[in-house]
Amino acid sequence: MELWFSEPHTKNAKFSIQIKESVLTRQSRYQRIDVLDTYDFGRILTLDGYMMLTEKDEFIYHEMMVHLPMAVNPDIRRVLVIGAGDGGTIRELTRYPTIQHIDMVEIDREVVEVCKEYLPQTACKLEDPRVHIYYEDGLKFVRYHNREYDLILVDSTDPFGPGEGLFTKEFYGNCYKALTENGILINQHESPYYPMDAKAMQRAHNRLHGVFEICKCYQIHIPTYPSGHWLFGFASKSLDPVKDCQADRWNALGLTTRYYNTNLHKGCFALPNYVLELLKQSEEKDFH
Amino acid sequence: MNQAKQTAAPLYEALLNHRLNRIVHLDVPGHKGGRGNKELRDFLGRTCLQSDVNSMKPLDNLCHPVGVIKEAQELAADAFGAANAFFMVNGATAGVQAMILSSCKPGDKIILPRNVHRSAINALVLTGAYPVYINPGVDQRLGIALGMAMEDVERTMEEHPDAKAILVNNPTYYGVCSNLREIVRLAHRHGMLVLCDEAHGTHFYFGEDMPLSGMAAGADMAAASVHKTGGSLTQSSILLCGERVNADYVRQIINLTQTTSASYLLMSSLDIARRNLALHGIEMFRKTCDYVRYAREEINQIGGYYAFGRELCNGDTVYDFDPTKLSIHTRDVGLAGIEVYDLLRDEYDIQIEFGDIGNILAIVSAGDRELEIERLISALSEIKRLHGGDPTGMFDHEYIPPVVKLPPQQAFYSPKESVPMEESLGRVCTEFVMCYPPGIPILAPGELVTGEILQYIRYARQKGCFLTGTEDLTIQRLNVVKSV
Repeated sequence: MELWFSEPHTKNAKFSIQIKESVLTRQSRYQRIDVLDTYDFGRILTLDGYMMLTEKDEFIYHEMMVHLPMAVNPDIRRVLVIGAGDGGTIRELTRYPTIQHIDMVEIDREVVEVCKEYLPQTACKLEDPRVHIYYEDGLKFVRYHNREYDLILVDSTDPFGPGEGLFTKEFYGNCYKALTENGILINQHESPYYPMDAKAMQRAHNRLHGVFEICKCYQIHIPTYPSGHWLFGFASKSLDPVKDCQADRWNALGLTTRYYNTNLHKGCFALPNYVLELLKQSEEKDFH
Repeated sequence: MNQAKQTAAPLYEALLNHRLNRIVHLDVPGHKGGRGNKELRDFLGRTCLQSDVNSMKPLDNLCHPVGVIKEAQELAADAFGAANAFFMVNGATAGVQAMILSSCKPGDKIILPRNVHRSAINALVLTGAYPVYINPGVDQRLGIALGMAMEDVERTMEEHPDAKAILVNNPTYYGVCSNLREIVRLAHRHGMLVLCDEAHGTHFYFGEDMPLSGMAAGADMAAASVHKTGGSLTQSSILLCGERVNADYVRQIINLTQTTSASYLLMSSLDIARRNLALHGIEMFRKTCDYVRYAREEINQIGGYYAFGRELCNGDTVYDFDPTKLSIHTRDVGLAGIEVYDLLRDEYDIQIEFGDIGNILAIVSAGDRELEIERLISALSEIKRLHGGDPTGMFDHEYIPPVVKLPPQQAFYSPKESVPMEESLGRVCTEFVMCYPPGIPILAPGELVTGEILQYIRYARQKGCFLTGTEDLTIQRLNVVKSV
């Protein structure tokens, strides 16, 4: 018997993975949560039928979300993580003994509970004493904070469903307010490739660009995400992601990584022409 | 209300049945269920076009209801606690006009607060009735017009015992209610009818812990915009009548101006909305109130903004306050309401109901989710951080008591001339000037143009209010009574 998980990437293109076994299906207040065992990608997590992570390639996403800003400012002490219920981002953050405090805000408690039980590979550091988990809406949480965080990581799902409020100008503006003077925000920016995703990417960039002094995009390659070509947004009040990268300091930490390195750090900001064009469009005043 | 009976929706059921019968349509409308206008069908959907039919025996006729429309109206009357109910297809505007036209003849007097919707004064132009205005109370801090003081109501009724009726906003756009039960008692003692403009009051009939509804207070007629808070389609409303009113005469009055091709989309939406309100109204409005209470608390914590509520109640000009209204005073943030309204739409993709000189109003309903509420609160917090300023020098009131020189109809039909707005000081205006929304006239036909009014218009224009009402679409010129 063949069991397949399929995710439509457009109306006419889909991505399928053969399933060994369905481990768990649960409907939370916000979404349907599925954990599946696969032959090629290890255990995978899907929300409302959309791929969130696979054990095989999650390191790419999580390393690039965390180590890149840490190399720009190795003095980051206080971090706010929005979303990230699977724990992968937290796992990478806890590798830095210099980070003193991590607040994690996840709207769906059940995602965290499921990941703790079924995805220990990513959820393994959620019990670290520096980590404080709040189960509430990220948009609401940041409203209450002023100049408190050196780094905000927006590890959200998609601009529809429970993560919708995290792709808005008011959210990014409130994040700006919650950041310290050298503050950095990294945003999950969607993909530039398929038109629907590209539109979401442009909207995210447009909103973020209007709020921060510095706003650039970098690319990563995630085999199981639509088109495999993904963007993160780097936004900050003063630090430039490339010019201010402290490669020597970061390398001296001796952290072992499988995707990130400080050469890639510089290279990932070099984007294809069609992506540059999309970004330019989205920075224009009359963009909608 | 008979809960068991309220599970029926006779007009909706007749339309469903009609669709299934596959009738050959050699009648209007010419789109024939969408086959004749495929682009429109693709845009609005096949079911919508198939339900857009003309009146016929199995579907009854709004002008002379004897079948399913009659049954649907009877169920509505039962749900609203009225003796009779009429489905209206031209908004509560038509309801307000029908109330005034059926209670006043030319030359009759009607008592009304000046902060009425334009539709009420328009009805005076149509009938030739004379308005006797009561200046509403004014909240000095918020600058908004409130309800009527009972002392003013009592004095006005004694000074004008020949008035035929009194019109009451229940509630005002901001959510303020007058002491309706007492007004009804006084009016009936003086032999006057009580007419309620309940354009914003449909939920009073179905929610818990709501202000008193017109019919429950014993009022004679009430115009309820079911589309505003009750869930029916835009433009549909219900006119309610009490025991003392001759409903057949009211129907004749309605038919003076109502279309003979009433839309079945609008009427069926009223039937379905009424059933939903009757069966689920309590939980719908409980959810609305919870959202609004939460939003008020959060917005008041931002600082500067004042989301007001029942603490305004003073036993008189604010006898009660609509708990579903999210009205927010913005002047202390250093921004006019209209500026916050524009920023919310242009910068944050949030469309609210209106913004005027000092306040904004967001309409919240059971159709909203936590997300929408959080976005509004966060955007308001950002607007304060990025655009807030010093409130000194800002205009501080919305309401200017009028100086009435002529009754509206006489002024409207007077020989007139068009003058530049800035040169109209001291003249008698023959048309309306208002910001829309809220649509409460700054000037109405027959009123004196004063310096304060011109200053208000200048300020509203400068802040970006959408001015309307004059014959001149650019609102640069004003029609005034011709000087002799």
